[in-house]
Amino acid sequence: MKRHVLSMREFSREEIDSVLDLAASLEPYARGEKSDMMAGKILALLFFEPSTRTRMSFETAMKRLGGSVVNLGPAEGSSISKGESLADTVRVIGGYADAMAIRHPKEGAARLASQFSPVPVINAGDGAGHHPTQTLLDLYTIRKESHLENLKIALVGDLKYGRTVHSLAYALSLYRADITLVSPPSLKMPDSIKADLSRKGTSVCETCDLAEVVKDVDVLYMTRIQRERFPDPMEYKKVARSYRITPQFLAGCSEHLIIMHPLPRVDEIEPSVDSTAHARYFQQSFYGVPVRMALLKMLIERGA
Amino acid sequence: MENKHSSQEKPRELRVKPIKNGTVIDHIAGGQALNVLKILGISGTTGATLSVVMNVESGKLGKKDIVKVEDRELLEEEVNRIALIAPAASINIIRDYEVIEKRHVDLPDEIVGVVRCQNPNCISNTQEPIKSRMLVKGKNPVLLRCLYCEQPLSERIAEYLI
Repeated sequence: MKRHVLSMREFSREEIDSVLDLAASLEPYARGEKSDMMAGKILALLFFEPSTRTRMSFETAMKRLGGSVVNLGPAEGSSISKGESLADTVRVIGGYADAMAIRHPKEGAARLASQFSPVPVINAGDGAGHHPTQTLLDLYTIRKESHLENLKIALVGDLKYGRTVHSLAYALSLYRADITLVSPPSLKMPDSIKADLSRKGTSVCETCDLAEVVKDVDVLYMTRIQRERFPDPMEYKKVARSYRITPQFLAGCSEHLIIMHPLPRVDEIEPSVDSTAHARYFQQSFYGVPVRMALLKMLIERGA
Repeated sequence: MENKHSSQEKPRELRVKPIKNGTVIDHIAGGQALNVLKILGISGTTGATLSVVMNVESGKLGKKDIVKVEDRELLEEEVNRIALIAPAASINIIRDYEVIEKRHVDLPDEIVGVVRCQNPNCISNTQEPIKSRMLVKGKNPVLLRCLYCEQPLSERIAEYLI
């Protein structure tokens, strides 16, 4: 196991599988079974950007394993507002904790932190860059609720700016998944990422029409289309409507189709879909806990 | 009296006389000589005696540039960075008018502190106490990837020289 978790690019398929296996064995603790595996250990949370589920699921993972958490708190009034460099902040906080999870608005911040931190660093999202723990929990969800072998998946919505889909597509290429990219023309996946996927031998096809692919995939991975990406509100409305999942839209789909979403959702999935057999997005966000437990256990035990 | 050599010598031999000691960088792609000097950290104020010849005819490159740096033998790691913008460049180390070593440039696996990341939101473009670090993912054509944000850089590399 590596010393830090920074980017999915650094994971082999075998390493991903071992994280997912460990997460599966820790799931009972995520559901509330008592554990003191991380007793006496401290995780520092350095969130320089707002986050609800990522921050809380790290905190839950650590506490459910009997460890504790220290928080950076809001940047105002802290040493950061006095102009302290991230390098210094990380060196100082590394002296207080056994591991740190960092979210930062600049791409590459977690890698920089790893160069200065005396303890393991987990990237909890850096700008528009990477969010490897989200990808690992997505893979865990796919493996548990569907299958990773011979997977047919459609990634839908904002494929240009959405950092989760970039990391996920890259990781799925390790499993030779059949990936369909569904997005409005203005939010297509960047060419550099598509080129990376083709180099890995992954079959990728692109379309704007969701109805065309929905009957032919195992997983629909929805993402939020942000209103602020569209200068023209009418254009936004048109696009948002075309990627809205309703029970009617799902009529005729395979009963095994599952729908995922990194959340928060806005209009992409109608609430009435929640009660269908296809919805998995709430399980998906729960799986963040056992997956982050697995990473904390691997990194902290290795560092001890 | 007419100079008897003038009609026989090739024009390029007239442009810059041979140097006694130092380094000659030949076969630089036409127009890139000033960027080569930038990569080497050599400017008009560094004191070195320089000869820069630009856009002369070349069989291999069409147009080429030549740089001569007197009294300085460039180190291998210095000249290898030149491959970023002039992959066909050749390096001649000169002592007492003789070429004592001739070699081609070869990019190292990582380039530190030479090329800025093109991503304005990359942590390496802030006030943090770090140098830019570019991993060399391809040599022909040159493909760099920022160690920090992983953004690729393959075109207009000269614009991002620090």
